[in-house]
Amino acid sequence: MNDWVGVYNYWIVVFLMMAGLYIVIARGNLIKKLVGLNVFQASVFILYISMGKIEGGTAPIIEPGIKVYTNPIPHVLILTAIVVGVATAAVGLALVVRINEEYGTIEEDELDELEEQERQT
Amino acid sequence: MILSNLPALQIVLPLLSAPACVIARRTPAAYAIAFVASWVAFVISCLLLWQVEHAAGGVISYHLGGWAPPWGIEYRIDSVNAYVLLIVAAIGAVVISYAGPSVASEIPEPKRYLFYTCYMLCLTGLLGVTITGDAFNVFVFLEISSLSSYILISVGKDRRALTASYRYLIFGTIGATFYLIGIGLLYQVTGTLNMADLASRIPALTGSRTVHVAFAFIAVGLAMKAALFPLHIWLPNAYAYAPSVVSAFLASTATKVSIYVLLRVYLTIFGPAFSIGSMGINYLLMPFAIAAMFVGSAVAIFQPDIKRMLAYSSIAQIGYMILGFSIATSLGVTAGILHLFNHALMKGALFLAMGCVFYRTGAVSIGSMEGLGRRMPWTMAAFVGGGLGIIGVPLTCGFISKWYLVSAAIERGWWWMAALVLLSSLLAIIYVWRVVEVAYFRPAPADAPSGEAPLLMLIPTWVLVVANVYFGLDTRLSVGVAARAAKALMGGG
Repeated sequence: MNDWVGVYNYWIVVFLMMAGLYIVIARGNLIKKLVGLNVFQASVFILYISMGKIEGGTAPIIEPGIKVYTNPIPHVLILTAIVVGVATAAVGLALVVRINEEYGTIEEDELDELEEQERQT
Repeated sequence: MILSNLPALQIVLPLLSAPACVIARRTPAAYAIAFVASWVAFVISCLLLWQVEHAAGGVISYHLGGWAPPWGIEYRIDSVNAYVLLIVAAIGAVVISYAGPSVASEIPEPKRYLFYTCYMLCLTGLLGVTITGDAFNVFVFLEISSLSSYILISVGKDRRALTASYRYLIFGTIGATFYLIGIGLLYQVTGTLNMADLASRIPALTGSRTVHVAFAFIAVGLAMKAALFPLHIWLPNAYAYAPSVVSAFLASTATKVSIYVLLRVYLTIFGPAFSIGSMGINYLLMPFAIAAMFVGSAVAIFQPDIKRMLAYSSIAQIGYMILGFSIATSLGVTAGILHLFNHALMKGALFLAMGCVFYRTGAVSIGSMEGLGRRMPWTMAAFVGGGLGIIGVPLTCGFISKWYLVSAAIERGWWWMAALVLLSSLLAIIYVWRVVEVAYFRPAPADAPSGEAPLLMLIPTWVLVVANVYFGLDTRLSVGVAARAAKALMGGG
């Protein structure tokens, strides 16, 4: 029992991961898709951060009396991944703005319809 | 001094040229910077290949900032990635030489310097993915190249470029995040991100469920990035509606680099004994590769838009590359890597030829190509040259890669596979012939625009066509390095 509850942050990761991916697949609104994508990415951030953390661990400083260190590398890696995530969201939202300007809609099914018409002409 | 720092310069020079383009701001200055940086990157990649071929053990290990691996980031170059670096840098240089008039006709003046900035960032990302020996670094460079390619695609003239780019963004991000999850799980059990270090620790952990899950996540993520059927949905529109220059550049480099990472992860990090021997990833990928060969080619036949047709043909060609890997012998992997090289040349030439057509006529649909063989003889001759390569006609490099693929299949005793490769090549004849028929055997409409594309565009196109034929006759470089690369990958090191 304790094994299952003790790793509760991984359960959160799995939930967010599935929820995010589901939103990307199931929602037709382009903004909602991007939100889903961000939730999906955030779950991976938590995965990395969780694995680096040790209960009672301190920063890795050599000092008498400090025995348990937390590994800072996953945290630093995730800083990079967060930047990538922000950049992706920015580019994605910019694209949605341009799509809205050109098509007048950001609903996937309406976009598909407009493109289908374009293909036939 | 410079020679020993070539691995860093390979990345740093194109990377620095990107902000330089922004600062330069004026289009000619930005273009000049991008042009010089791309060609210097090409020269560096040639020198690197030469160094690797003459290095002791065939490996150059470069420690960034002097931090020794596995703690610091290591650039690790062997014949595999030196070869892929050469492909990417060569295509980058040829395409930038072509870019001037084509970009001028397709992208509005105020955006052009930013276009060149993104082009250089994309080149940096692709080179970075290839050169690095650090699994997380691969993710960072992958995203640099992807983010800039979303922008490059979205500036296409057709408004469908926007939705294509959005779709690519969703797929690309999911793919890269899957890869990131896989790397995270591997880090969890091994505590390292250095590829060579990972390779030495994983054999002891092959029973671990975490490693198996990481294996699966990375496979799906990279297959998405490489547009392996049935995860190719993002590719056709992205290549069809992107500016001509971008289609040519991405079609010959982006998916290739993902396939390189796939080979690297499964053959170097996990090792052939685990990924092929006990996990059987080759049997998993094989049906998809074969389906890609047929579905890609068959759909290509029915495309009225020629750039879209070429994009579907790319999906089929990716099938051939993965098929080479899935044969899982040294000869098979050689065929896969060789096709990576040859396909970059062929598809580059074809997309550049389509760029010339678009420049002159403003359309690339099959209907607008009537009589084009006489209206633009040099461009269409280049298209035919590239098309013959796609079919795999002798004297072109496409023949060489099909030859190796077929002999690798026969070596394993898989006659049915050799037959399938030949059958799917027949489909390529149909879609190439369709264009040839319209362009050469139908009279041109009276009011059709006539005249050749500018020499600045024709020369780079023909450079690729001539390279097509050259590497179909003299295979010392292409096959020689590919064979050594396959040996390095399959030999567990």
